[in-house]
Amino acid sequence: MPRRVAIIATGQTKHAARRLDVNIRELITEAVTRALQDADLTMRDIDAVLLGNMEPFEGFLFPELWAVEGWGGYMKPSVKFNTGGTVGTTTAIAAYYYVASGIYDVVMAIGFEKQSEGHTQAAITTVGDPIWERSVMAGAIGNFAVMATTYMHESGVTEEQAAKAAVKARRNACLNPYAHLQMPDITVEDVLKSEMLAYPVKRLDMCPQSDGAVAVIFAEESKARKLAPRPAWIRAVATAHEQQYMGDSPKRLAEMRSLIAASRRAYQAAGITNPRKELDVAEIYEVASFAELAMYENLGFCDRGEGGKLIDAGVTELTGELPVNPSGGVMSTNPIGATALIRVAEAALQIMGKAGRRQVEGARTALATGYGGNAWTDVIILSREKP
Amino acid sequence: MRRVAIIGAAQTRFEARKASLAYNELVYGVVRELLDRTGVSMREIESMVTASQDAYDGKTISGMAINEVVGAYLKSEAKVAADGLQALLYGVARILSGEFDLTLVVAHCKESEGQPSTITGLMFDPFVQRPLGLDELTAAALQARRYCRKRGLAPEDVALVAVKAHHQGLKNPYAQRAGTFTVEDVLASPILADPIHELEAAPRSDGACAVLLASEWRARRLTDRPVYVVGIGNCTDAYWTERDLAEARALQEAARRAYAMAGIGDPAREIDVVELSARYAYEELMAIEALGLHTSPVELITQDRAPFVNPSGGPLCGNPPTVSGLARVVEAYWQLREEAGERQIPGARVALAHGAGGICGQNQTVVILRRA
Amino acid sequence: MSEESPTLRVDFLLDIEYQYAVGQYGMRFFTELRDRARFMGVRCPECGRVYIPPRPVCGICYRELQEWVEVGPEGTIVGWTVVRIPFIDPMTGEQRPVPYGFAIIRLDGASTSLYHFLDETDERKIHVGQRVRAVFRERREGSLRDVLYFHLLED
Repeated sequence: MPRRVAIIATGQTKHAARRLDVNIRELITEAVTRALQDADLTMRDIDAVLLGNMEPFEGFLFPELWAVEGWGGYMKPSVKFNTGGTVGTTTAIAAYYYVASGIYDVVMAIGFEKQSEGHTQAAITTVGDPIWERSVMAGAIGNFAVMATTYMHESGVTEEQAAKAAVKARRNACLNPYAHLQMPDITVEDVLKSEMLAYPVKRLDMCPQSDGAVAVIFAEESKARKLAPRPAWIRAVATAHEQQYMGDSPKRLAEMRSLIAASRRAYQAAGITNPRKELDVAEIYEVASFAELAMYENLGFCDRGEGGKLIDAGVTELTGELPVNPSGGVMSTNPIGATALIRVAEAALQIMGKAGRRQVEGARTALATGYGGNAWTDVIILSREKP
Repeated sequence: MRRVAIIGAAQTRFEARKASLAYNELVYGVVRELLDRTGVSMREIESMVTASQDAYDGKTISGMAINEVVGAYLKSEAKVAADGLQALLYGVARILSGEFDLTLVVAHCKESEGQPSTITGLMFDPFVQRPLGLDELTAAALQARRYCRKRGLAPEDVALVAVKAHHQGLKNPYAQRAGTFTVEDVLASPILADPIHELEAAPRSDGACAVLLASEWRARRLTDRPVYVVGIGNCTDAYWTERDLAEARALQEAARRAYAMAGIGDPAREIDVVELSARYAYEELMAIEALGLHTSPVELITQDRAPFVNPSGGPLCGNPPTVSGLARVVEAYWQLREEAGERQIPGARVALAHGAGGICGQNQTVVILRRA
Repeated sequence: MSEESPTLRVDFLLDIEYQYAVGQYGMRFFTELRDRARFMGVRCPECGRVYIPPRPVCGICYRELQEWVEVGPEGTIVGWTVVRIPFIDPMTGEQRPVPYGFAIIRLDGASTSLYHFLDETDERKIHVGQRVRAVFRERREGSLRDVLYFHLLED
C-alpha cells in the first residue's frame, strides 16, 4: 500500500503580461512565500524542491540555479523538469512519487515562467522537429488552428460554441485575484470579432502569454493531517504520451489518444466510472477555446462530438453541473512553466475550500490536467477523501 | 522498505560526432541493446525517465524526439532537465512509490550539434556575467585555480589525474579518447583556459546510455545478480559566485545523505569502486576529498589502487553532457557484476556513482550501489 | 504599485547555430525525394501502419521498421489553417512572411501525416478532406524544402 500523499498548501503570484517589477528570482519568491504562509511552515520544513520551467522562453539555462535563494534551495535536494506545457503537472506528479516513495516527507513543487523575457511563439516553434516540422509550424497558434479545423469537421462544433468557452474563461477569471486576463464584459461577439490569428483561432480564442509562478506543497499522510485542516489527497496520477511527430495522431483534437488513455487510467485508479457525475470540478489545460470543447469529449464528460452541446447547455459554467476552469483556466493565465501546476493548485484550493469567490460549493473530487508538446497528457485526481 | 535494483545497463561508445544518427536512432540503439540483454520486452515497461537538455538538442521539449523509441506511447514518461543521475533518482522514487515494478532510465546528448560555449554561457547571470562572455570552461578554470591555490597543489598534481584517466581509457571499449600519457604530455597539451590543459578536460562528445530499474520483487524474477540502489543523496549549493569554489559543500552533503542511507560509516574503506562525473581533472581531486575517500587526494591518485576511482577512465575519456551521471552508473553496474573486462576492479561489492550539474557543480548527486 | 518607477532591462540576443543530423531513416527519405521526387514511408510488420516521417520503431507496437513503401504524391488535408499573425521564425531570427497556408496532409498510402505549406491563403477555398498534390522544386537538395508546397486539387 503506497504512502498516502496530500497537497497541504499553495501560493501563486499575481500573473500578468509583464511583471516588470520583479526578476525571475523575485517572481519565484513571491509564490514560495505565499505557499509557506498558507501552510504556516518555513523552508526548514521542506525536504526537497522540484521545479518546472521552460528555459527556451527566458533564454536562460538553469535559471532556477541562478535564482536558488529565491526558492530556499540552498543545501537542499532539488531537480528541475522541462517537459513543455505539461511541465507543471510533470513536476506535481514527481512530487507525488517522491513523497509516496518515502525518500522525502514534504516536497515543494514550483512552476515559474517569465514569459515576457523571451519570444514565446518562436520558442514554441522550436518544439517542432527542425528537419520535418519547424519551417512550417507557426507556434502554438498554428498547431491549434490546424487541429481545430479537423475537430470542427469531425464534431460539427462551431466557432460560436468555442467562443463560449473563451467567454466563460475570462469571466471566471474575474473571481480569481491571481488571474492575468480578467474581462467581466466579454461577449461571444467580442470573441468572434477579434483579430484572426490563424483560422479558426482568433485572438480571444487563444491563451495569453503571462509572467507568473506557483508553489504547491505536498506532504505524507501524518504531516498532512497535522498541517492542513482539509488536505487535498492525491487519488490518482496518470501520464500518457503521443507518438513522435505532430502529424502522427490521426484525428488530433477530435480523438486525443493520450488524454483518453491517461484519464481512463486515472478514473480507474480513483474508482470513478461516471466522471461527469462524480467529479465536482475540473481544472483542465485548454490552450484554446476549441481545445476545451474537445477535451470535454476526450475526458468522457460527454459523448464524442457533443462538446459544443455541453457548453451550450451550461454544464461547465461555474453554476453548472461540472464547473470547468472556475479559475479562468489557461485562456486567462499562461506562464507556461507554471500553467499546469496552477491547474493542480486551483484544483487543490477547491478541495481545501480555499478558492474564495471561485469556490465550487462542497467540492469533494477534483480533476487537473496538463497538456503539452504534441498532445502529451497528465491527469491528476484530488479528493477530500483519503485513498 | 522496498528496494530498487538495477537489472541492466547499456551505453553507446562516446564519439566526437555521431553524424549519421538522428536522436531517435541513437537512443533506439541503446534501448534495444538494453532490452535484448535483460530479456525484458517493452510491453512490460510502463514507466520511463529520460534526461536531455533542450539547449544542447536545439529543440524545446527535447524528450519528444526520443519519445517513441523509449516506448513512451500512451505510457508514463518524464524528462528531467538535469544530469542523468537525477533521472535515476526519479526512477528509483517511481518504483519505491509502489506504482511501477520497472522503470527505464535513458540519457542522451549530441554535443557536436550545437555550440557548447554559447550554450553553457546561458547559465550565467544575464545582468552582470553574460556580457563578459563566460562559459562553463572559463568558470571551471577559475575554480581550478582557486582550489589548487588553496590546497597548495601544483599543475603536476592535477595532471596525474589525466594520466590515470587516459590509461584506464585504453581498457574501455566505449572510450572516446585514451592513451599512455605522461605528466609532461598532459602539461604540454594546448591550454584551453589557464590553468586547464586539453588533456585535463573532457572532450566534446555524443552518446547515450540506458539503465533498467526494477523493484526487488521483480528483479529476483529476472536476474540472479541484481545490483541494489542502497543510498541516494542530492544537494544544491549557492550560485557559483556566491560560494567559495574551493569547497564542495553540496557534494559533501549529498554524500553524507547517501552514506547514511546505505549505512556506510567509513567510505574510504567500504567503497570498492567510485565513478565520478569529473569533467575536468581538478574536479576529481575535489571530489575525492569531499567524498571522504582520502584527506590528500593527490596521494590517493599516486597509489597503485588509484584506478578504483574512475576505472572507466571517466569523463576525460568521453563525456556527453547530461549523459555523464548515468554513464557512471552503467560502469559501476558492470563493475559490481564483474563484467568490466580488462578494467575490472577485483572483488567489487560496493560502488559510488556521482553526477553534477550547473556551473562548477552547483547541484550534486551521489548514489551508492551494492551487489546482491 | 502606486508610482510608475522606470524599470531597467538588459537585452540579449540568443543566437546558436545547430547542425542536426538527419539520421539513417532521414537520409533514405531525403535521397529519394531529391533524386526521384518521391516520398517514402516505412511500414510496421505488426500493425501495417505506414509512417512518415520514417523512424526506427512503430511507437504503438515497438517493432523495428524496415520495409520502405512509396506514398503520395497526392494526399488529403486532415487539418489546415492560414497563418496571419506575424512571429519570429526561430530558424532565421527574422519575422516569417505572412499570410501563409499550411496543412496536416496525409499522403496516399501513409497512416500518419506531414505538415507542409499550401499554395492558398483564402480560407474559403480550403477544407478538410480536400485533395492535394505535392509540387516539387526543379533543383532539389534533400530536404522538405524540395517540396515547394501542396497544390489544392479541384474537387
